[in-house]
This record gives sequence, C-alpha cells and structure tokens, in this order.
Amino acid sequence: MKRRTFIKNTTSTALFTGLGTLTSCTKATKKHITILHTNDVHSHIDVFPKDHSRYPNLGGLARRASLVEAIRKENKNTLLFDAGDFFQGTPYFNFYGGELEIKLMSMLKYDAVTIGNHDFDNGIDGLYAQLPHANFELLSANYDFRNTIMNGRTKSHSIFTVDGIKIGVYGLGIELDGLVSQKLSKETQYLDPLELAQDTEKHLKLTEQCDLVICLSHLGYQYENSNKPDDIKLATNSAYTDLIIGGHTHTFLDKPTVLKNKMGKDVLVNQVGCYGINLGRIDFYFEPLTTSAVGVSIRV
Amino acid sequence: MGLFLKHFVFFITIVLCFACKQERLKLTEIQANRVEIDSTHPQIDSINTFVAPYRNRINTVLDSTLTYAPKTLTKDDGALNSSAGNLMADIVWSEANPVFNKRTNKNIDFVLLNHGGIRAIISEGNVSARTAYQVMPFENTIVVVELSGDSVLELAHYLAKSQRAHPIAQFQLILDQNNDINTIRIQGEKFNKNHNYYVATSNYLVSGGDNMNFFKNALSITETDYLIRNAMIDYFKKVDTLKAKIDNRFIKLPQS
Repeated sequence: MKRRTFIKNTTSTALFTGLGTLTSCTKATKKHITILHTNDVHSHIDVFPKDHSRYPNLGGLARRASLVEAIRKENKNTLLFDAGDFFQGTPYFNFYGGELEIKLMSMLKYDAVTIGNHDFDNGIDGLYAQLPHANFELLSANYDFRNTIMNGRTKSHSIFTVDGIKIGVYGLGIELDGLVSQKLSKETQYLDPLELAQDTEKHLKLTEQCDLVICLSHLGYQYENSNKPDDIKLATNSAYTDLIIGGHTHTFLDKPTVLKNKMGKDVLVNQVGCYGINLGRIDFYFEPLTTSAVGVSIRV
Repeated sequence: MGLFLKHFVFFITIVLCFACKQERLKLTEIQANRVEIDSTHPQIDSINTFVAPYRNRINTVLDSTLTYAPKTLTKDDGALNSSAGNLMADIVWSEANPVFNKRTNKNIDFVLLNHGGIRAIISEGNVSARTAYQVMPFENTIVVVELSGDSVLELAHYLAKSQRAHPIAQFQLILDQNNDINTIRIQGEKFNKNHNYYVATSNYLVSGGDNMNFFKNALSITETDYLIRNAMIDYFKKVDTLKAKIDNRFIKLPQS
C-alpha cells in the first residue's frame, strides 16, 4: 500500500514535471544574448567639453551607465566587456592610479576585460594594487604572469552561462617590447597570441562545448607588417571564434568587419574607437536545432 | 498495474530526456550596432555623485594659473621643428640638467624626444598644470643616455630619414637638398665623432619606443625618475610667459 502511494506520487510528479519541462522547452525556442563592449577608454570618465574639437559633448561614464542599464532592462541576458587600455589619458589616472576607473567599471557590472599595454603604466604593481576594486575578470591567454605579483590573478579564459547559453571568452594582449618598459611589466612573458588563440578557442568549443566563443583582443585592428599579429590575421586564422572585440588602434568601425575563418565560417571583428565615445552592441539569437533557418544571418 | 506505472514513468523519462536533448540551440542571427554615447543618454546621478569628490580635488590642483601663452603652441606649426616641440625639449634640458649634474657631476649635452609624445596643443591664454597633463599624459621619465659619436651620428640619420619634427634641444641638424646631413652642432660646437655625448630623452624611447634603435647601444643609462610632466610644471611655475617659437635647430637648406 505504501509502495503504491509512492508510485502514484512518482507518476504524478513525473507527469507534472514532464509537462512543465515540455512547456518550458517549447517556450524557450528562441534565445537572445546581448554583448556590449568598449575599448581604449583611457580613463575618460567625464563627458568631453562642448567646445572640444573632435568629440564635443560626447562620451561620459554616467551616460554609458544609463545606456547599459537600459539595455540590460531590455534584455537581462547581457554581458559587458572591455578590450583593454582602460587606464591612462586623464588626470583621474595620474591622481588615483586607476582606482576610480576600476571602481566605476565594477559599478557598471563589467563581466570581463583584457589587459592593454597602458594598463601596465603604473607597473604591474600598480595594476595589482587596483585588483581589490575589480568585480570582473581579467583575461589574457598570452601574457604569462607566473613570475610576477599578478600570478593567479588573471585567467586565460572564462565561461559565462547566460540563459543556458555557454559563452566562452578569452583575452589576448599585444607584444610588450617597444610599448611597455620592462621596468613596468617586470617578468611578464608575452607569448604568441595567434598560437594561444587557437589552443584556447579549441578548448572552449570542443572540450567545453561553448555555444559562442568571444575574443577580447588588444592586438590592434590591422597592420601592414605581415609578421605583426592583428585582429584581421587572428580572425582568418581562427576556427571556432565567433566574435573578436578589438582595441589598441583606436579604430572607429561603423560596423563589424565580417571575415571568413579558416573553416570558411563567418567571424566578426569589431572595435568602437576610444575614450568611451561609443558602446558596441552585438545581439546573438539562438533557435532550436530543428529550426528551418539555414546558416547565420548577419545584420550589420 | 504497478508494473505498468513503473514502465510509464520510465517511458516518460526517456521521452523527456529526448525532448530536452532536441532543445540544443544553434546560432541563427547576429545583429550589430554602434551606439554613440551622446546627450540623448541621461547621466546617472549616483555615478556623478560618486565621481564628484575625485573630480573636485583634481580641479583644485590643476586649474590654478601657472604661466601664460601669448600665442598657441603646437607640434605641427613647422616642418622639422615646432613651437611646442622646442618648448618641450628646452624644458627637459633646463629642468633635468641641474638634477643630472648634481648626481653625476656631468652635464646633459642635448635632448631628443619624440614628436608623437606631445599629445595636445598649448592654447593661447592661461596655462595651468592641467595643460601639462594634456600635453604629457604619460608617466614618462627623463633618462640620460651616454652615446658614442657613432651612435649620435646614427641618431642624426634617424632624424634626417624620419623628416618629422622630433623635439630636440642643444642639438642642431641641418640637412641639404637631398636630405643628407650638412651640419651637426651640439651646444653650438661642431659635432665630434670621437666624443661621447649625454642625451636626455624619455624612458619610453630608451626602451625601444618609436624604433630609436641607436639607444640600444647606450654606453650608460641614468634614470632621473623625473617625470617629463613634472619638469613642465616646474618650468611653468618659474616663467611668466611661454616664449617658444620655431627656429633653425632642425632645418633643411633652401634651394640655392
């Protein structure tokens, strides 16, 4: 008798759960992930003056905050990234060593950033000193910090699961020689970014089964020198990266550059200039495998 | 009955697992937008309130007038030397030499900076410490490098080839019509190839910036730990007007 009740209960629970799951399965047919990004903000916190020759009345962190908040209200499945060089460029950095920049980025709920060459401007110790204020991850797959104070404080990649969608994100930094004195970067080792990118994207896609793979790159958009790694070379050499969020060259792209990776699949490269003048926004839509949609429609 | 139920539960479970496996999603659409941060986006008060004390402190320190510029100084007003560049290089010489001399009993022979290192113009009117931050936002220090005569010659060739108004002081370079070196003078004296020279520059350039590779052959390097920006502020405090102008320190001989 007791056993009977148990089975009855199990059945109804199973049926109930089953129906619930089925409904939720059918309900969540389409999923929507929003990726927001900045690069090379260079300590620009205030709005540019109205009489500024290039960026009159543009930018400003308090405005970026309201924009990000509005987008998050519209789609709670939103991630916010920065592609490096958040430090250096206004007295806020000279006076406070980046404390304010990091605190504000935490207030805006940045999810992850990569490290730009200017983020070493107060030395690796200067960057380390601001880490307690950072509620976001520092990602770099090709800076080896093992012999520095930053050891263990950065990750090569991170996985964000948003609305059931797995988003793998990795970071890449530019060659330090000629840009950052060794006095500042100390024992930081720069490793080949294209090589590390391939290892990391492969891990994220094949081992971790990520639905989306995003690179935060401070390599720069494009160089004529064929030996100097850039985002274009990175894109065409990649196999599993869907989006490269770039920085360093302060390139104002009106829209992402769409390239074919070495598997013949589309990969997007985007960069939104500098100084917090723009916010990049990329929306990704997912549908069940059974959908009739073929390929990915890219509207840029 | 019991058996049936058991099987039913089992069956349902299988179906559910299968149904949810089908749930696997694929990327079907990407849409991109660049959103300009302009005045249509309201400012969040709590952010401004948070920033205010930091901003006020900076403004108090930076906005007191230190000197005056009778006319606007830029790095682009001359072909091979410029008003802003000459001012910067002269400041590095006048402010850093006493520091270097006190420590080493030697003197700086000349100064070389880079054109790209000047990040803003100095507008006509009052000049404050903020001006120095705009012109020189980087934490670059003045470094004195001892170079052989050969390396100095390489430096001169670098300047001749670059055709850019890289700031120099106490160094004169005259190019002929073919951009070959006609004359090099250091502190007004003729350049001596057998002599070593002390060159003040930025730590950025010594560490390989702008590919000034002649610095790689430094015979000695003295880090003054004196920020270029602080040298500017110290100079601004000493003078009442900035009189820098284009001169003949780096020129090309006219068509004869």
